[in-house]
Amino acid sequence: MDHWLTTILIFLPVAGALVVAALPLSRYWAGSIASLISLIEVGLWIISATRFQFGSSLLQLDQRRSWVSDLNISYHVGQYAFSVWLVGVTTVVMAACVTYGWWVGRDRARAYFALMLLLTGAVVGVFTAQDLLLFYAFFEAMLIPLYVLIGVWGGADRLRATLTFVIYTVVGSLLMLASIVAYGLQQGTFDLTQMGPSNSTWLFLGFVVAFAIKSPLFPFHGWLPSTYRESPPEVSAVLSGIVSKAGLYGLLRIAIPKFPGVVDDWRVVLLVLASISLVYGSLLAWRAPDFRGVVMYSSLAQSGLIVLGLLANNDLGVDGAVLQMVNHALMSSTLFLLAGMVERRTSTGEFALLGGMARGRPALATVMMTAGIISLAVPLSTSFAGEFLILAGAFQQHWAWAVIGAGAIVLAAMYMLRAISAVLHQEVGPAVPESALDLREGELAVVVPLVLCLIALSAYPNLISGHAFGENRAFVGFTQATNTLGPGTCAGSTTDGSCQTKIVKSTSASGRALNVDPAASTLEMVAK
Amino acid sequence: VIDKPHVDWFALSPSLSLTAVAGVLLLVAVLVPRSARKPVAAFVAFAGFVGSFVLAVLLYDRSAQAVTAVHDAIFRDRWAALAQVLLAGSGAVAVLISYRERMREEHIAEYYALLTAAGAGMAFFVQASNLMTLFLGLEWFSIALYVLTAIDIDLIGSLEAGLKYLIVGAVGSATLLFGSALVYGTTGQLSFDKIAAAGHGHDAMLVAGLAMVIVGLAFKASAAPFHMWTPDAYQGAPTPVTAFMSSATKIAALVVTYRVLTTAFPHDQRLWSGAVAAIAIVSLAWGNIGALVQRNVKRILAYSSVSHAGFMLIGIAAASALGERALVYYLIPYAAMSLGSFAVVAARERELGVPVTLQNLAGFGWERPFLGLSMWVFVLGMLGFPLTGGFFGKFYVFAAAYRHGWWWLILAGVIATMISAYYYLGIVRAMYFRESAELQLAPAGGSPDRELLLSAGVLICLVVTVGSFFAVQPLIDVARHAAQALGV
Repeated sequence: MDHWLTTILIFLPVAGALVVAALPLSRYWAGSIASLISLIEVGLWIISATRFQFGSSLLQLDQRRSWVSDLNISYHVGQYAFSVWLVGVTTVVMAACVTYGWWVGRDRARAYFALMLLLTGAVVGVFTAQDLLLFYAFFEAMLIPLYVLIGVWGGADRLRATLTFVIYTVVGSLLMLASIVAYGLQQGTFDLTQMGPSNSTWLFLGFVVAFAIKSPLFPFHGWLPSTYRESPPEVSAVLSGIVSKAGLYGLLRIAIPKFPGVVDDWRVVLLVLASISLVYGSLLAWRAPDFRGVVMYSSLAQSGLIVLGLLANNDLGVDGAVLQMVNHALMSSTLFLLAGMVERRTSTGEFALLGGMARGRPALATVMMTAGIISLAVPLSTSFAGEFLILAGAFQQHWAWAVIGAGAIVLAAMYMLRAISAVLHQEVGPAVPESALDLREGELAVVVPLVLCLIALSAYPNLISGHAFGENRAFVGFTQATNTLGPGTCAGSTTDGSCQTKIVKSTSASGRALNVDPAASTLEMVAK
Repeated sequence: VIDKPHVDWFALSPSLSLTAVAGVLLLVAVLVPRSARKPVAAFVAFAGFVGSFVLAVLLYDRSAQAVTAVHDAIFRDRWAALAQVLLAGSGAVAVLISYRERMREEHIAEYYALLTAAGAGMAFFVQASNLMTLFLGLEWFSIALYVLTAIDIDLIGSLEAGLKYLIVGAVGSATLLFGSALVYGTTGQLSFDKIAAAGHGHDAMLVAGLAMVIVGLAFKASAAPFHMWTPDAYQGAPTPVTAFMSSATKIAALVVTYRVLTTAFPHDQRLWSGAVAAIAIVSLAWGNIGALVQRNVKRILAYSSVSHAGFMLIGIAAASALGERALVYYLIPYAAMSLGSFAVVAARERELGVPVTLQNLAGFGWERPFLGLSMWVFVLGMLGFPLTGGFFGKFYVFAAAYRHGWWWLILAGVIATMISAYYYLGIVRAMYFRESAELQLAPAGGSPDRELLLSAGVLICLVVTVGSFFAVQPLIDVARHAAQALGV
């Protein structure tokens, strides 16, 4: 049964999509069935999380079937501890967004909900695929529903937005496909758990560009403004909350562990790009004229920050990055949904036309304030924990990265407080009608659970940061790459199965950072 | 007295059965009363293609050992049999698409007779084992197709398209014939294996002949720069004919191209491999850039078929076991996608009574959910997205190029695919993102009938397109067995 859990998590929404699309349902029923399925999906995830041994750093809930034995391609799915969290946040955010779509009453309901459910299945697939080709299939499959969701239900300028979005994404993913072909044929298998490291710069860049576009990372974020502004708000929420994590997950699962040598060569370049994303995104968010602008550029900044953590090359950074991925998924989807709710009342997101919405609308004010405060990383919040870990990790890499990161957190406070005050406080804006209602029950039912998740994580961020990589803090493949090895684990497999290099705990100041003993300098050679 | 060769009737059966059906259809044209002629003719043609399909499957099953038959005039092997299976399948679907086409009823039986005759010619062509049968087969199906292209005299441009196809096609045939003559002149041999055995590799005249043979076949495969007839002929021909041409002709031409190159010219592999790779790149570039500026959907699909010829030629250029598998596998979803997409175009065309452009596709996806969804799947498949066989087709082709050490060919393919995203997704965009009311389109003559047969044809294509994504390994096994006949 456990072996099937991951497969069920992927294909339950897909089956739901087919049901919703095929049956002649009314708008109400299509939405309710879709919401129900997305809630069942959350329940399934809870079951899978309880079955998951977080102490182990091995692949779990896995299932493998041969698919194309000719080239050793298989249907191989399973979860590592960090995938569990990403799958979890996916199910939660998707449930919120599907339910929001139901509450709003999107027209062409069957198509809409079928596509949302398909998207859920595809994203869960990305986070659980353990075969490179399967990963690519899900990665591309995400694009299909997104393209139509934006193109059909989007704003006035949606045609141009979809075009930019698709061109960027397709360019990235095809470069990745070329890399996958070459990498898989070199290795003789496409199974991620069996693929050894590679030291080809070109292959690495193929992957990184694809992931950098999806994340997005400066200078690959050109699709971001039009796409996030023209999408329906819940689709923007999914895009920035969940889909962007697919790119970051790709860095974590593929680009970094599979190209250890190349990552070292390119680390500084990538850290610089991440820093630019962070600072530039924060500045753009600060000057953005509308609510969605703030949220989307803060997404750019946040993905820069997460990449900073991923490339910090130590436990702190990577733990923080995983925590922050979950945090950001919750925060940015909440904020995009709130942006949508504000837009429904005022038909604009322009700060110049908004203001004073807190008066007489306590629920809206409370929810937005809470989400905003958490996302500016106020101490004791979960995003503070995440950012702190990332910065501590980056500091160990070089103090300069931490300085940049810390500076950007100040900027975060500036743009987030500006956005909150421009919407909630100040004079009542010309676009805010007196009759604009407070958040309704349906809307509260969508955003409050997301905010509650954030509050719960704030109470115990270690739930994720301490349970993302198993007890001995190592996961196959990743160990060889970033030296985040547990004491006594074996790195570098040899044919006779003996341990080539033993990892010893270092006595560095942090007490957590682990170094590899001198023998490990042979690690790369073994890998080659 | 001339020795009568032993005739392996079974080996010829897929082709002969279709020829017989073509004859029967000509009788139908005369004997069956006019009111019943259309259903009877369509049924006979469909039954003929299905029969040929079954015979080809049996032939595949019973030809594990590749041999030549009928005095070394034809091959009896799985490579040809598999191609015949695909050809007969395409033909059957083409009949389903044709049924409701608005055509003059008095010559409807002749239309189906020509369709089956073209199918018979292709089935013969793929078995060709010497230069004579090669040319005979080529002309056999080409002449049928010239007439089919121009058959609907009420259709604007049909006659023009037929004429263009005839002239350009004749140039192609002549080039092939000239090349064959040079090859024969050098080696003194007609049959492919004896040409190879003659061992005149790198002889200038042989190489010139080889080049002309490649060019002649490239005309039929509509690979650039020998594709000039393609957009016009595809646009002008009745859409069901276009559907049949785009899938069946390509199957026949590419399968034969690879066979001729590997069995007759193995010594010059380095030469033809490079030449084919060059043609592939030109096709990829020209096909995709050409498609960008088109508004007419049939023309877009025509240019896209040029670019697909480019992709499949990569498989041929790789000249390896992996390349063979790539080629054969690619043909299966490609045939389905291309038949299916033209079928959908045909449906829209019958609805509107005017040529289908991106403009008047607006709202189609919502009005006809099944056809819209199918078209969506077909264009995504041509783009090479997962959940369709088109993805594994491209994947295998790239893999073959990589194994051959030609990374630049992968790069060319990747860039071509990037460009193609614009126009393929443009079709999705046209179908779904705009309302038909926005453009004030009115279906001609009220709401058209539900076309059950056409939908059935589209459904078959859909199942093949999506099914080939999941059942990759069985299809690859089939391809591998088929390719064993070539013994590369």
